Amino acid sequence: MRFYDVTDLAVRNLRESIFRNSLTTIGISVGVASLVAMLSLGIGLQQLASRRLQKSGLFDTVVATSRRDLRNLRERGEDGPAPADSPALDEAERRKIEQLPGVVEAYPDIRFVTEVRFDDKPHLTTVAGVPFSAKTNNDAFDGIQGSFFSSETAPEVILQKSFAEELLGIRSKPGSNTETNIVELAKPLIGKELTMRYAERTTSPSAPPLASLSESPSKTGPSDGAAYSVVSRQQTLKIVAVTDLDPDSLRGTGRARVFLPLKLAQDLHVMQSDLRDTSANSAPTYSSLSVRVTNPNQVPAVEEAIKKMGFSAFSLVDATRSMRQFFAVLDGFLAIFGSLALAVASIGIVNTLVMAILERRREIGIMKAVGASDADVRGLFVAEACAMGLVGGTFGVALGWVIGRLINFGTNIYLERQHFPPAEIWSVPLWLVLGAIAFSVFVSLVSGLYPAARAARLDPVQALRYE
Amino acid sequence: MNTSLAVSTENVCRHYPMGEALVRAVDGISIDIGAGEFVALLGASGSGKSSLLNLVAGLDRPTSGAVIVHGDNLAALSREQLAKYRLHTVGMVFQSFNLIPSMTLLENVELPMRFAEVDRRERSALARRALERVGLGGRLAHRPTELSGGEQQRASLARALINHPKLLLADEPTGNLDSRTGTEIMDLIRSFNQSLGMTVLMVTHEQALAEKYAGRMLHLADGRLIQDIHPGDRPNDNAPDISSVKAPAPRGEKR
Repeated sequence: MRFYDVTDLAVRNLRESIFRNSLTTIGISVGVASLVAMLSLGIGLQQLASRRLQKSGLFDTVVATSRRDLRNLRERGEDGPAPADSPALDEAERRKIEQLPGVVEAYPDIRFVTEVRFDDKPHLTTVAGVPFSAKTNNDAFDGIQGSFFSSETAPEVILQKSFAEELLGIRSKPGSNTETNIVELAKPLIGKELTMRYAERTTSPSAPPLASLSESPSKTGPSDGAAYSVVSRQQTLKIVAVTDLDPDSLRGTGRARVFLPLKLAQDLHVMQSDLRDTSANSAPTYSSLSVRVTNPNQVPAVEEAIKKMGFSAFSLVDATRSMRQFFAVLDGFLAIFGSLALAVASIGIVNTLVMAILERRREIGIMKAVGASDADVRGLFVAEACAMGLVGGTFGVALGWVIGRLINFGTNIYLERQHFPPAEIWSVPLWLVLGAIAFSVFVSLVSGLYPAARAARLDPVQALRYE
Repeated sequence: MNTSLAVSTENVCRHYPMGEALVRAVDGISIDIGAGEFVALLGASGSGKSSLLNLVAGLDRPTSGAVIVHGDNLAALSREQLAKYRLHTVGMVFQSFNLIPSMTLLENVELPMRFAEVDRRERSALARRALERVGLGGRLAHRPTELSGGEQQRASLARALINHPKLLLADEPTGNLDSRTGTEIMDLIRSFNQSLGMTVLMVTHEQALAEKYAGRMLHLADGRLIQDIHPGDRPNDNAPDISSVKAPAPRGEKR
């Protein structure tokens, strides 16, 4: 029989006992709905967790540090080249790291404590450089109020919320749930200017020295040969945005409350606390670089490559691995519980079709008498099972989606009462929709095999005698 | 009589167990039916005429012996081949019509063409023509239950002939009809036998009907052939001549 005829006859037969077949199909729908509901909850929770973690930038970043920094060796106790002959983490090496497969960018960490004046009042804070790529590649700056830096070297700043509150003289009361609205904070600040005072490290003798130090090579390590001066400078910066980013969450800019474009921060040659050579005349060397990779899976390979180059590297990829493992197990359990209802539904299919054989015994006999082969009869019953699976699966996915929305709605009411921000703990990706329908059809097909084989084996003489 | 053989059975048996007993429904029948013949199978209830018809129809398989239809031994065919044989070589008409009640007449007649994978567009036109030929052109969209017995049997005839079979098998085709309607159906069957040259094997228990339409009558009793009457050598008395046939074995004999 042709595909059209099988489908046509199957649909006709299903319509003949519409009530019973509808009940069976509803059973499948409920089964699929519970499966979809369970899995979307698992997926939603996983997405929620990984979104938070990805925002932190912790899991797609490898930190490369020079082994010359003795503190690193003491802390991590790694083997490798001795500090004296290990390579310097300079601009050339940075470029090399950037060329590694899977690496998006490698940028230095610039962070320093300095004084910022606003409205003629001094404020002491940590300032950090932010790579321009954070605009598009990092969710961390998604929720800013205002706009991101206009260019890589624009004299602009983004303020962390608590610093904005400090500038405006608002004290957030600890323990109170009434949080200041970031929009309200941004309004009076955006467009205003603040002055950052900082110390520039320079080798230029012409600059008026604020303090002058003469260092011998033995004191500062192999790369720092020259004497340098520290010059007091100030830079006017325009406030472009306020972010409610948690200051602890961004690794590269940890605990900073004022953010500058990274390139600008580099160009300013600010003297950082560890007396690294950042002066304009020599090629810069870095104590550490943040290496961002295209996706967390590539972290181990990049880490390995950086170690081979003679640097220390570390990442928090192990933490994501166990998180993934946890969600894989959770999804597995949810899928098993969700599938239980579908298993019950599949027994319903077997039952319905076995009943249909009894009911349509004579009809099967007639079809065989006029020339239907075993395969024709088998195909017809399998098609009926698949049709119920398809319809049941489709309605089931829709039903699962509705259940999910309701749970999400309920959860958010609860979260709101507990003074938490609303969260999307529910996610039904397209693959789950298609996968659930396909699974439903597959389960129905398997359930239909036994009744179909029974119908195909029916003896036509016996069947025709049946009234 | 046509010289080529349409159906030939060689000592064919169909035995089946029923509880402790062995039922010999067909018990060693050998017959030859030429192409184009109109043969009536006569006998009392339980004489084995329907069982023999089922063997020739390929709905059942013999316990022993052979059923050869147009050169093919049905006993040697696979289930798949047997289905093909039923589809293309034989057409069947039953006492209870056996139309599918959920389908219209047109759909019922189209059904064998679905299994034969006839093109959808062609199918409808062919079924329509077949129903018009049996006088049901105005009843295409009716369901079987909306029709009289005679109309249902005509539709069933249209369905039996739709794939152009060589052999028409009829199991008590007039059994559920009044005599006038029965005659109409028999006239139709005869017209197909004569105009299309189709071999007809008809089971009936009505001697008169067989005499009027059939060219040959085979009398069965207890699964055996007791008399084979050809048109020329019909005896003058009405009673069947059983003197030459040995007494049949008792039925329900212990195994």
